Amino acid sequence: MDHHVTLASLAPALPEIWLATAACVVLLVEAFAGAAARRIIPTLTLALLGLGAAATLAWAQVEAPTVLFSGMYLADPLGTVLKLLSFLFVAVALLYSRPSLEARGLLKGEYYVLVLTALLGICVLVSAGSLLSIYIGVELLALSLYALVAFDRESGVAAESAMKYFVLGAIASGCLLYGMSLVYGLTGTLLLSEIATALQGEPSLGVIMGIVFLVVGIAFKFGAVPFHMWVPDVYHGAPSPVTLFVATAPKIASFALAYRLLADGLGGVTPAWSQMIAIVAVLSALVGNLVAIAQTNLKRMLAYSAIGNVGFILLGFVAGTERGYEAALYYTIVYVLMALGSFGVLVLASRRGFEADELDHYKGLHARDPLLAVLMMVMMFSTAGIPPFVGFWAKLQVFEALWASGHLPLVVFGAAVSVIGVFYYLRVVKLMYFDAPGDLPVPERHTGVRLTLALNAVAVVALGLFPQALLELCQRVIG
Amino acid sequence: MFVQILFYAFSAVLIAAALGVILSRNPVHSALALVLAFFTSAALWLLIEVEFLAIVLVLVYVGAVMVLFLFVVMMLDINVEGLRSGFTRYAWLGALTALVVIVQMVSVYWVKGLGIDATQGAPPLPADYSNTRALGEVLYTQYVYPFELAAMLLLVAIVAAIALTMRRRPGLKAQDVAKQVAVRREDRVRIVKDVDAGGTGPGAGGGTGEGGAR
Repeated sequence: MDHHVTLASLAPALPEIWLATAACVVLLVEAFAGAAARRIIPTLTLALLGLGAAATLAWAQVEAPTVLFSGMYLADPLGTVLKLLSFLFVAVALLYSRPSLEARGLLKGEYYVLVLTALLGICVLVSAGSLLSIYIGVELLALSLYALVAFDRESGVAAESAMKYFVLGAIASGCLLYGMSLVYGLTGTLLLSEIATALQGEPSLGVIMGIVFLVVGIAFKFGAVPFHMWVPDVYHGAPSPVTLFVATAPKIASFALAYRLLADGLGGVTPAWSQMIAIVAVLSALVGNLVAIAQTNLKRMLAYSAIGNVGFILLGFVAGTERGYEAALYYTIVYVLMALGSFGVLVLASRRGFEADELDHYKGLHARDPLLAVLMMVMMFSTAGIPPFVGFWAKLQVFEALWASGHLPLVVFGAAVSVIGVFYYLRVVKLMYFDAPGDLPVPERHTGVRLTLALNAVAVVALGLFPQALLELCQRVIG
Repeated sequence: MFVQILFYAFSAVLIAAALGVILSRNPVHSALALVLAFFTSAALWLLIEVEFLAIVLVLVYVGAVMVLFLFVVMMLDINVEGLRSGFTRYAWLGALTALVVIVQMVSVYWVKGLGIDATQGAPPLPADYSNTRALGEVLYTQYVYPFELAAMLLLVAIVAAIALTMRRRPGLKAQDVAKQVAVRREDRVRIVKDVDAGGTGPGAGGGTGEGGAR
């Protein structure tokens, strides 16, 4: 055991150390600075995120997988990419949500502290090298999210959804812990690398029991059927800026959780879990896309769309090959990018005293705000998987990976549910362009935020026209 | 032999205290019985030479958690009758659960296929062995990363609890110590010139007894 730790040897853990410090700094500013200084907290947080990402790029990059803290922490190229993307997505989400937070009186320092600690949880999960760090990462993220969902104290709906999220999340954490304790008991180690060497070939019944509980935990954190009950309620009940946050960066954490546990830890017993994941994935894609049709609330519709898309991410895991993990990673990144855009429009279409969350609120959005309507259209087309937008390539990657690993029925199934999904995405476009606006209010214009949202849409189009760069990045970090 | 007598004595007290927790009708008595249960378990831990955990159990659970429990129990107006009303209706479920647990325990005892012989106990440690030091050594080297993260987790809990529950209500009669200390005489005392010199003037207002001296 290497007990000689120098400051330089901790460099790969820079993002986590930075985030923990940043959260404390924001907390101190909130607690001790005057009212005027407190107003810089949103800008300060964005600056801290930017500096953190820059520092990560400069000092925390590793060529080959490196372990720190007695194997508890694993730094690898995949981790660096996922962390940088999380920094970016969280920063964009904060930027989008600021006007809306201000309008609701939720613009407080604690909000930013909790977002930073949630991001810290994501980073811990991304770099987890042992079951212990995975669990702590999951809890750090989940506790911050529970508090964020309940952040609007005046709203009864938010409190209710936070309570549901908390109770169901606690049960899921229990399942995850139970699975971990079984795997730990039967392999005698918490380190994922040692679990991977210990579990090869045909697993024993106890290990399979443990895997069942681990899969339940993963499926819950992803919000996959049959553990999806919290998703629509939380998306609907939380204040829109919080929904925007919950729906985006934590999906990267879910991917990391699944990848670290299933591929890193249980890679030697792929057949034992790929069937369970297949059932969860198929159910998610089916239920998510079918139930989304029946929704009249955009937030709930997007929640079921998230469930459906999670099904596709998990289908990538079903393949159980490097090709499959690449597809899942690519799909996750692309999905988060699109979710940022669609929830960004949802947040911007609202204004003080008017919450644009019903589908009917989008009637004639084109007449009221052409830019928002175009951006929403891009996001909807892309999420539906229509070329040339990036969502198409994401689905194609998953299908190719499944095809290559011989899962032909799943490819056919995936294509079929994608077609079902097109219906409800296009319905939003129809409402925006072909229905009369009535006396719905015109959204407020926040130039900077609208510019970022436009860039987000440009990214969706550009990555769709030139998919090669991101694909190669995914191949490089997984391989 | 002496250790065995101690073990059985403490075990008997522990079981009695645990029964007291669930059988007592008064919630305050239950909480106090739980304190006794914690103390006796700490004594049992001392017998197997885990001093640090024993002390922590007393300090944290008895000193902090149970005091909090007692406060909560005394503050809340618990309707004991209401809590007990469904007992007969759910008794069969409880009995079934108890049966399952008993069967599980008995089967573990019979099978003993776990390959662990727990009847021997750990070999005695040398006199200068400190398990506080041993715990500290792994906690601050091998487990330093999860240890520090656990601190962040607690910070999140504090921030979340305060953010969700603290509200500034107007008209609250709370003390502001800083304001009390920084107060000047001019804020509190109104000096009134006694116009009617020599007479029995009205004196000072505010009842401070200082005005009117001039």
